[in-house]
Amino acid sequence: MASFLQKLFGDKKNSKDAAKERLKLVLIHDRASLSPGMVEELRRDLIQVISKYMEFDEQALEVNMNSEDNIAMLEVNIPISHIKRNI
Amino acid sequence: MGKVLVITSGKGGVGKTTTVANIGTGLAALGNKVVLLDTDIGLRNLDVVMGLENRIVYDIVDAATGQCKLKQAMIKDKRFENMYLIPAAQTKDKNAVNESQMKAICEELREEFDYVLIDCPAGIEQGFKNAIAGADAAIVVTNPEVSAVRDADRIIGLLEANGLNEPKLIINRMRANMVKQGDMMGVDDMLEILAVKLLGVVPEDDNIVISTNRGEPAVLDQKSQAGQAYRNIVQRILGNNVPIMQMDVEEGFISKLLKLFKKGN
Repeated sequence: MASFLQKLFGDKKNSKDAAKERLKLVLIHDRASLSPGMVEELRRDLIQVISKYMEFDEQALEVNMNSEDNIAMLEVNIPISHIKRNI
Repeated sequence: MGKVLVITSGKGGVGKTTTVANIGTGLAALGNKVVLLDTDIGLRNLDVVMGLENRIVYDIVDAATGQCKLKQAMIKDKRFENMYLIPAAQTKDKNAVNESQMKAICEELREEFDYVLIDCPAGIEQGFKNAIAGADAAIVVTNPEVSAVRDADRIIGLLEANGLNEPKLIINRMRANMVKQGDMMGVDDMLEILAVKLLGVVPEDDNIVISTNRGEPAVLDQKSQAGQAYRNIVQRILGNNVPIMQMDVEEGFISKLLKLFKKGN
């Protein structure tokens, strides 16, 4: 619906910006030799390891490749709901 | 001792061969001794772009493997007697020569020539490795498109991994009116993404098709915008500081019509 409205009101991004955004993302993965599939595997492994120590919403765990000043970064966001005390 | 420059891109069809022909011809027109080396074995093309296809007897594989002397494989250019072409073989494949043979050829050529320009094949396999083996520096050609920029990034990484640091970028087939409309990545966008130094920007130009049809590099055509861009690139290679050319934006039908009305008044 949102995209339909965007189209209707002509609020469409320049195709140049789309190209740039897509390129930046694909290059982050290319440069790190890390495919989106591998990032998803990493996400699953992280869930396993971290759930030994704390409780959290698995759906909310985010793993993203990002870059700042041409340095690749792995961003992991885990909103914790409860720390397990007796381990 | 001359300089050995490899012109590469990763992706095919971005204009490597045209770039080699024009830079070489531009350097030769200013009196430099130039040799062009086509390393795209199996897909020979630099000869036709230069209009020298009828003069080939020996090729780079013959020279590399000792079937002929290097001098015998050198074809003198039609227009400039200080420029030569060593053509690729058409019937063999990329593995017909190896990296040490290529290094030896480059070393021999740099003794005699001011500039050795190597036309690299597309791809990142043996042909690429052969082409860069004897080079001092690299020029990466790309287009303002997602796929070409992605491949350029990969090639820049591979060049640096092989000790060819700080390759320079040529952005080919730029269309100023599309950039203005926001529908094509501009120079700044591409430099931001690739983080390399710019050697030049060549506009899309019908004259390139025409000059390639005739086998006469556009760099010699004073009326061609792309030709001017190549002449500027040649100056930068020679160490002269030339500003990046501002490109004309093609006028649309409406604005042409409006101008006509204004003239009438």
